[in-house]
Amino acid sequence: MTILIQFGIGVVFGLGLIVSGMSNPAKVLNFLDVGGIPAGTWDASLAFVMAGAIAVTFIGFGRVLKLARPAFADRFYVPTRKDIDPRIIAGPAIFGIGWGLVGFCPGPALTALGFGSASAFIFVAAMCAGMVLARFIAQLPSATRVVTPADPLET
Amino acid sequence: MVVTPFTPIASLFGGALIGLSAVLLMWTTGRIAGVSGIAARLFPPYEDRQFAGRLAFVAGLVIAPVLVRLVTGSLPAQTIAAGTPLLIVAGLLTGFGAVWGSGCTSGHGVCGLSRLSVRSLVATMTFMAAGMATVFVMRHWS
Repeated sequence: MTILIQFGIGVVFGLGLIVSGMSNPAKVLNFLDVGGIPAGTWDASLAFVMAGAIAVTFIGFGRVLKLARPAFADRFYVPTRKDIDPRIIAGPAIFGIGWGLVGFCPGPALTALGFGSASAFIFVAAMCAGMVLARFIAQLPSATRVVTPADPLET
Repeated sequence: MVVTPFTPIASLFGGALIGLSAVLLMWTTGRIAGVSGIAARLFPPYEDRQFAGRLAFVAGLVIAPVLVRLVTGSLPAQTIAAGTPLLIVAGLLTGFGAVWGSGCTSGHGVCGLSRLSVRSLVATMTFMAAGMATVFVMRHWS
């Protein structure tokens, strides 16, 4: 049952990416292209995607997180870290470069698979390899000694 | 480059759908709708028993355009102007960086900022700046 619900929630997320235009890398790159402002080619749409998403999530999380527990789980799994370590800057810097090169972040790249795009398939395969590599390196003894706690996936 | 039209209404509405998805996932499963975290955990090592749910979420992401095409008969424009080597390099950087930095546009940019997380604010400002710098170099430095 919850698996079917999670599928439906994924569909809603994917529809949001398509309707908003984020599934089109050209649109994302034109947003990131602040150098295109003088020429008039800058596309500010992505700011409206973020605004719409954050407005709904801010209000929704405020209500949901007041509940005793989620509908189908024992507790809320909300990140608790507050420290600014090197990885919270290095990771997003690396991710941002990849994002700026092609215009895909993980969500739109996965949704692009459903467009039947061979380019998206190549990107997603490389992206998954990068993800596995990052988790592998994070688990090496030398890496875990420097960064504690060593859960690379906790937001 | 391809010039894209400014679509504030559609983008605001689509963004709201993304937010709705994040709220529904938190309400039902108690988890952050961070696509990189969900996708990365489809691969070993497995730390919990949430594999099927994560796979279902990712399957939903992939099926969404198929449903759009079934219902409307077409799909919106999608322009990917990159050759295979660039796709591979960008994919590796995107996947590695998103996991190394504990999240991507959805986990930090949407869910994290909505929780007023300072870590997510730092991450979001960093990947926005890095993305903008990269596009600037690619488009204006040649």
